[in-house]
Amino acid sequence: MDRILFGDNQFFAVNHISDEKSMAQSIRFKDDQAIVKTLDYAIEAGVNTFMCTTHDRISNICEVIRENPEKYRHFKIFPCMPYAHKYANAVTELGIAGTLKQYVPGNFVGSLFKGGLAFLSKDYTAIMELLIDAEMKMFKGIYTPVIFLQNVITDLLLGLKMSEVLVTFHDYVAKKYNAEAGFITMNLPMLLNVLDVAGIKNPIVCSSINKAGFRMSGGKQVYEETLRTRKFRAIAMQVLAGGAVSPREAIEYVCGLPNIESILFGASSRNNINETVSLINNFDQKALKTAI
Amino acid sequence: MGISHLAILGAHPDVEVVGVCDTSKMMIDAIEKYSGFPCYTDYLKMLDNARPEAVFVAVPTKFHAKMVEELLRRDIHVFTEKPFCLNPEEGNTLVALAKQKKLINQVGYHNKFVGTFQEVKRIVDGGWLGEIYHFQGQAYGPVVINPKQETWRSKPEDGGGCLMDYASHVIDLINYILAPVTSVKASMLKSIFSKDVDDAVYAMLELSNKVTGLLTVNWSDDTIRKMSTSITVNAKKGKLISDANELKVYFKDNNCPEGYSRGWNIKHVTDLTDDVAFYLRGEEYSAQIDYFVKAIQGIVPNNINNFESAWLTDRAISLIRKEDTLVHG
Repeated sequence: MDRILFGDNQFFAVNHISDEKSMAQSIRFKDDQAIVKTLDYAIEAGVNTFMCTTHDRISNICEVIRENPEKYRHFKIFPCMPYAHKYANAVTELGIAGTLKQYVPGNFVGSLFKGGLAFLSKDYTAIMELLIDAEMKMFKGIYTPVIFLQNVITDLLLGLKMSEVLVTFHDYVAKKYNAEAGFITMNLPMLLNVLDVAGIKNPIVCSSINKAGFRMSGGKQVYEETLRTRKFRAIAMQVLAGGAVSPREAIEYVCGLPNIESILFGASSRNNINETVSLINNFDQKALKTAI
Repeated sequence: MGISHLAILGAHPDVEVVGVCDTSKMMIDAIEKYSGFPCYTDYLKMLDNARPEAVFVAVPTKFHAKMVEELLRRDIHVFTEKPFCLNPEEGNTLVALAKQKKLINQVGYHNKFVGTFQEVKRIVDGGWLGEIYHFQGQAYGPVVINPKQETWRSKPEDGGGCLMDYASHVIDLINYILAPVTSVKASMLKSIFSKDVDDAVYAMLELSNKVTGLLTVNWSDDTIRKMSTSITVNAKKGKLISDANELKVYFKDNNCPEGYSRGWNIKHVTDLTDDVAFYLRGEEYSAQIDYFVKAIQGIVPNNINNFESAWLTDRAISLIRKEDTLVHG
C-alpha cells in the first residue's frame, strides 16, 4: 500500500465536527467534475490511491477514470463497502427482507423467502457474495488491490461475534477479485484479537489514530501498545481528529508512531491537500533520520 | 430486535446475552448460526427459558406497553426504545410499577449521552445564560423521502409518524435541558409523502417554567445525509446553538464558565466526548447502554432517561397531537 491514501468523506458531506461544513461540502461537490478536479490535485501532489465508499456517485468517477487510461495509469482505488446509509435508509423503509430483495441481484432472495424453509449457511454466504459483487460492479476495469469492509459492518459483526462472516468476506475478495481484504474499525484492539483467533494473519486494518484519542475505543494508550506489539498492516484514519488537533501536530504524532503503513486523509482544497502531503513527507523524513 | 443494541451488548464485558428474540425467521436463523446466542421467536418462551436479569425492548412502539408490563411483573430490569408508549395513559401504570418494584428502567433517548448536549445542559443549569426567553428545537433528516414506503412507521396505530419518532427526540431534549413541556399553544402535523402519518411537526410550546419556544421537525428532508438534531436557546445574557457535533455559545460578558470567554465560543464533540469501550455508530449508543448496565450494578443512579422522564415526553407528544390546527382548526 502507498504511504498516503486519499479519502472521500469531504465529497459526500461527511463531517464529524460541523453540520454546517457538511452542507457547504455538499454544495461544493454537487457536480462530479468538482470531485474529479480534487482527485487530480491529489494525484499532482503524488497521491495515487483513492480510498472510497461504494456511494452511487463513485460510479461516475470510475467512468472518468476508465475513459482516461493514460492519465490514471498509476491510479488505484480501495473500495470500502457497503455505503451504509444506502442500506440503513432502505432497511428503515423496506425492512431487512425488502432491502435484500432490492439490492441482491436476480431472484435469489425472492425465492429464498418464498421457500419458507430454514436458511442454510450457504444461503447467507451466497447473499453476501452477491452483495459484494453488486457493490464491486462500478469498479470494473479499475485496479482495486485492497477491498475494505466499512466500520459500521465490521464493528457490528464484531459485537455480534460473527467472525465467520469476516472470514467469508476476506476469502471471497481474494478468490473473486484477487484483492486483499481490509477492515475498517473503531475497535482496533478487539478486532485484532478476533481476526487472530479466526485465522486471519497480518490483516490490513484501518482505524482512527490521532493525538486527541478521538474514536480510539479502549483509549489511546491501548492503541499505541497495539501498534508496538501486534503484527498487522495499519492504516491511520481521522488523524486530524475532526479538526481537534492542528495539522502539524496531528501529522507529527502519527508519523512518529511505529508500524503505521499508510495514512488516510481527505481534503477539499488544493492547498490543504498539498499541506498535508508535505507535512507527512517532512515528518517521515525526520523520523527516518532519527532512526538512522 | 435491535441489531445494534445486540452488538453493543455482545461486546460489553459485564453482559452475558442469554437470549435473542425476533419474529423474522431469517434474522433469527443468522444470529443463531453465526453468533451462537440462544434464539427465540416467542418472547414469553425466551423469558421462561433464559431467565434474564434485564431485557432490551426494541420492537414497534405499539408493543412496548404490553411487553414492558410483562417484564416488570417478572421483576426484570427494562431498557425500552423510544418513544416510551403510544400515549401517556399506557405509560402511567408502567412508571408506577417500575417504581414500586424498584426495577431499573430506561428509555433510548440517546441524545442525553451526546457530549455537546451534555455541555449545553451544564451551561443552562449553571445559569450562565441568564434568563431564557425563547428556544427552538429542530431535527431534519431523510426517512420518508418518496410516496411509496410502507412499514410500521407509516401506520398511526403502530406508533408511526414523525412526531413519535424524530420529534420525540427533540421534545425529550427540550424537557431535559430546559424544562418539561406542559402546554402546547399551537401545532401543525403535516404529511408530505406519507398517506396516514405526519412527516413534519411544527409547534409552539410552553414549559413548566413558562419559557416558550418552537419545535420544527421534518423527516422528509433529503438535503441532509443523516438525522441532524439541534437546539437554540435565546437568553438575556447570551445565546446558544448546538447540534450533536458542534456547540456555539455567545456570552455577553466575561461572567461565563471556565474555558469560555465573552463573545462567541465554539466547542466540538471531539473535545466533549468520553471514551467508550466499544464503538458502534456513535459513542452515545454505547454510553446509554453502559449507563443502564451500571444502574443495575448500583454504580450510577437510574435518573437519566428513566420511564418518568420518557413519560413527560409522551405527554408532550399527546398535547401536540391535541392542538393540531390542521385537524382541529
